[in-house]
Amino acid sequence: MTATTETLERETKLQGIGSSRLRKEDARFIRGKGTYVDDIKLPGMLFGAIVRSPYAHARIKSINKAKALAVPGVVAVLTADDLKPVKLDWMPTLGGDVQAVLADRKVCFQMQEVAMVIARDRYCAADGMDAVEVEYEELPAIVDPHKALAPDAPIIREDIAGKDEVGHGKRTHPNHIFTWQAGDKDGTDAAFANAAVTVREEILNPRVHPCPLETCGCVASFDKVTGQLTVYITSQAPHLVRTVVAMLSGIPESKIRIISGDIGGGFGNKVPVYPGYVIAIVASIVTGVPIKWIESRIENISTTGFARDYHCVGELAAGKDGRIKALRFTALADHGAFNSHVSATKLPAGLFSICTGSYDVPKAYCRVDAVYTNKAPGGVAYRCSLRVTEAVYLIERMIDVLAQKVGVDKAEIRARNFIKADKFPYTTSLGWTIDSGNYHAALDKVLKAVDYAGLRKEQADKRAKGELMGIGISTFTEIVGAGPTKVCDILGIGLFDSCDIRVNPTGSAIARLGTMSQGQGHATTYAQIIATELGLSSDEIQIEEGDTDKAPYGAGTWGSRSTPVGGAAAAMAARKIRAKAQKIAAHLLEVGEGDLEWEVDRFKVKGNPAQAKTMKEIAMAAHTSNLPPGMEQGLDGTEYYDPPNLTYPFGAYVCVVDIDRLTGETKVRRFYALDDCGTRINPMIIEGQIHGGLTEAFAVAFGQAIPFDENGNHLGNSFLDYFLPTAVETPHWETDRTVTPSPHHPIGAKGVAESPHVGGIPCFSNAVVDAFAHLGVTHMDMPHTAFRVWQECKALGINTR
Amino acid sequence: MVKKQPVSFKLNGTDVDVLVEPRELLIHTLRERLQHTGPHIGCETSHCGACTVDLNGMSVKSCTVLTVQCRDAEVLTVEGLEQGGTLHALQEGFTQAHGLQCGFCTPGMITRAYRLLKENPSPSEEEIRYWMAGNLCRCTGYQNIVKAVQYAANKMSLARTGT
Amino acid sequence: MIPREFEYHAPKSIPDALGLLQQFGDEAKLLAGGHSLLPMMKLRFAQPGHLIDLGGIGELKGIREANGTLRIGAMTTENEIIWSKLLQDKCPLLVEGARLIADPQVRYKGTIGGDLSHGDPGNDHPALMLVLGASFVLKSSSGERVVPSDGFFLGSYTTLLQPGEIMTEIRIPVPAPNTGYSYSKLKRKVGDYATAAAAVTLRMKGESVQDVAIALTNVGARVLKARAAEDSLRGKTMNDAAIAEAARLAMSICDPAADQRGDAEYKVAMAGEMTQRALRTARSRAGR
Repeated sequence: MTATTETLERETKLQGIGSSRLRKEDARFIRGKGTYVDDIKLPGMLFGAIVRSPYAHARIKSINKAKALAVPGVVAVLTADDLKPVKLDWMPTLGGDVQAVLADRKVCFQMQEVAMVIARDRYCAADGMDAVEVEYEELPAIVDPHKALAPDAPIIREDIAGKDEVGHGKRTHPNHIFTWQAGDKDGTDAAFANAAVTVREEILNPRVHPCPLETCGCVASFDKVTGQLTVYITSQAPHLVRTVVAMLSGIPESKIRIISGDIGGGFGNKVPVYPGYVIAIVASIVTGVPIKWIESRIENISTTGFARDYHCVGELAAGKDGRIKALRFTALADHGAFNSHVSATKLPAGLFSICTGSYDVPKAYCRVDAVYTNKAPGGVAYRCSLRVTEAVYLIERMIDVLAQKVGVDKAEIRARNFIKADKFPYTTSLGWTIDSGNYHAALDKVLKAVDYAGLRKEQADKRAKGELMGIGISTFTEIVGAGPTKVCDILGIGLFDSCDIRVNPTGSAIARLGTMSQGQGHATTYAQIIATELGLSSDEIQIEEGDTDKAPYGAGTWGSRSTPVGGAAAAMAARKIRAKAQKIAAHLLEVGEGDLEWEVDRFKVKGNPAQAKTMKEIAMAAHTSNLPPGMEQGLDGTEYYDPPNLTYPFGAYVCVVDIDRLTGETKVRRFYALDDCGTRINPMIIEGQIHGGLTEAFAVAFGQAIPFDENGNHLGNSFLDYFLPTAVETPHWETDRTVTPSPHHPIGAKGVAESPHVGGIPCFSNAVVDAFAHLGVTHMDMPHTAFRVWQECKALGINTR
Repeated sequence: MVKKQPVSFKLNGTDVDVLVEPRELLIHTLRERLQHTGPHIGCETSHCGACTVDLNGMSVKSCTVLTVQCRDAEVLTVEGLEQGGTLHALQEGFTQAHGLQCGFCTPGMITRAYRLLKENPSPSEEEIRYWMAGNLCRCTGYQNIVKAVQYAANKMSLARTGT
Repeated sequence: MIPREFEYHAPKSIPDALGLLQQFGDEAKLLAGGHSLLPMMKLRFAQPGHLIDLGGIGELKGIREANGTLRIGAMTTENEIIWSKLLQDKCPLLVEGARLIADPQVRYKGTIGGDLSHGDPGNDHPALMLVLGASFVLKSSSGERVVPSDGFFLGSYTTLLQPGEIMTEIRIPVPAPNTGYSYSKLKRKVGDYATAAAAVTLRMKGESVQDVAIALTNVGARVLKARAAEDSLRGKTMNDAAIAEAARLAMSICDPAADQRGDAEYKVAMAGEMTQRALRTARSRAGR
């Protein structure tokens, strides 16, 4: 056996970076032995159910608890008055605002929390809910964000009426939250004035909801004797929750334990701190027993973190050849009644300014005006990486609009505008330094794979016969891995992340991180990173997240941060261990450190390879007396990683659709997705993330919306209407890749889970619009339901046989 | 107050006895009284299928069945699929094909697939998608779930032919 | 998620069920498959004090043929319909229709009798029954009557079923061999109600239509029989113009409610398009 074969065998055995190894966490899930929050049962536990407002905007005249308290099994009914003595009727949000925990005198969105019934079990709690009597006086509601800043608009937030800012600069109107802008406004305006070609579209990114299959919930347990608060919770950010709860409750943070166990999907829905959690915590403090709160699906869709609701105007200025000269994007952001979504202090509109995309745009300006409306709070959620879905949707739609205006092919126009491969790291005109990219190669590979020229020919033939066929392209760059603490913080806490590794004497290890999986496979992928760094089998590396008593501080998992930040922390912590291990190996082999080289799982003496010490041997030695003088025992490494930059995964997607002009139905014939996330840790898991993100993108593009009537009443907030595709509607996905590592990341990885969603949505939308492009259509808003597409067909006079 | 009724049935081969109000849903009896938290609750409108169990040879959504309707029934949940330390081919298939991510839909999916393969031991991809359309998933996009079911169908077919 | 409390009864015979119905009057609801009623009760839109479960009554099950008539027990599930060799052979329209209802788990419990008795204009069986010329056996403590399906459905959640009556059997004359058929259902996804659907049965004599039946789902307060459309086709050749005219006449009787599936204009247009597709498909399946 040659040295190389033997090395390869050892490497394969590790199942480290690059291995499509099966997942370690599956064992419990396939047996139904996961521990989700509703599986938790504690002695004496009571159940809380929330009474909610039927009105979008109303004064509360009275709340009568008597009948509810008389229902057998009901123990207590909490209202705002019960929270006031502990100053918890209002709470700070992760967005710098305050939010009502239980409504006091006024409700601001339909289904806002008004009271919580605590009962022996969920059956009694449901009966109790029915019996709480609330008297309301209805007020006019603002549902259309365009009306929020009218001079005579009803004031939604009387509680902050006197405040001229809520965390993000001056407010110009009681319903105004903030205005944020970036770029060179004057230079951009000048470029538009001088441009040969300009295009403008009004583009809606409708309000949708991430809808993980498990809803939000918690079990809060306060121990009166020890003063310890334990909360089992569906949280993607357990440490942030612990800090916020400490700030709210006055309980020292060291006596608060937040435990996220298994989470049934997050997609950003499980980042904010919801009133339900806070009321359950208060109820537990008051009653001294554990309180469980689990929201229903209708509550989930109606009240927890929605996504998007961005009303945009996109403008591009270009030459006749389609070469972009300037970009001007503005958005009216409907945040609902409270600014509750996670928001970096300096970036209240998230990472929206990534909207120059994969293109070399000399001048750019973007501006977001955020307003309150009488709808549920939220905005940043749903695999969006902090408004990146909104930004990328805009640029990828607009470049198609530009292509149609100048008569340049939609793939060609992208190639003309791409940042060239030799220009990285590339700083955009809006200030982001894209770490690496190779956009031309990605697009070329995809166009070849789908026979793009053949598809355009087929499209021409079909158009001649009056058939609608669309080809959608999306060449996105997105930005993930928030982020450098100088730029990215939540309530002041920097968005670093952490990893704490301990190697035990027999050579296996346990690593704890500040991130939090909700299905992404961290127990497997982090083990793979550490396996490669330490030369130990990933089978023997246990990964723990989610218990704040054990895990080092981190900001959690949202915005694809885990690989870029947590993964980096894992690699760096492992490297600290390896550095110590090298010293121990040198001591054991009686050579200098510099005489050693690392090979897969051992240190070998240069020129004398038979002299080697494996990491396993070193692990045992680290716990003995046989150590270099002055060295402590143990083989641990801890890293708090403050990323030097975010990472910029990219991709090229092509979608082919056939539209039935008689019914408006769209059939996705083919979807080809090429992703570049840098170093690929587990290709099988990456592929799974792509499938999932594309399926969610498909749902957004073709059917999801949270509709309201003019009084702010929900028109479709259950699975009867909210579109979650089944296996029948969901298309088949083809995946491909290029690999362009991130130069600043310890293992060159960028993260990938949000890319398919960010890149997929505009790809579908572009395909649908492209199907009508020959008839002069430049834009159609989502969702592209059969009804809406048919309306377009009708407007064009092509909806009948 | 409505009187509770005694209900006896078999759960994964074991006799169980519960005392329930008529309005108690089977999903709650399984999860709260009988400590079988494999089947999950994902909605309240009988759409998502996370609560799917096998009841008297039928795939049913246990959130839409009253426990009092289950007298003398045979109920199978995902917890009952592993026999004598050996995983069912479907459990193996879901791992091999990466047919799960967060795991929340998985018990319902596997339990439904179990009955599907009894209805139709050799389903095509199209048939798998159609006959699994009562189970929603948000993580996987279904493609690997189809592969998982195909893996199991294949393995079970080989076992039947003794190859 | 949790229904209000109620008393539960599981009669073993039809007379026992009828007795309970009489005893509890409008405080009672019949429980068939439960997949329309229980979801309504879980959201507390329905709050009956008594549930009478028909699931234990053997007499209400079974699919058989007798004297040229298919007789289907009211508690026959959609799944039993789909897998019935007799129906696949003798009445494939019913199998096609059942396959388009809900999803596999719901079909294991949902019953044809429940679907028909509920009176929900969104349910699919009424249209199938109308074009198959079915009739229903309704039993009460004072006896039994057989009513034609045409005329049974009166409006939203209203049928000819009287208080104290239970539908026990569905009778369908075995369609003649070479009967063309189709149930064309437009829906947003599997499990959704129809945006619009059309059921068609068709018999040809040479190139002309000997007889045709057309019924529409979910485009009015109840199922709609498109009589003018039918009349326009009888004796005619089924060319594009005739089919288009029939669709136009079918559309003219529609009065759908706007909802998240679409506005009235769209739904009416889709009723027309589904009628066209059902007619074309039925034509391709009809013999000479």
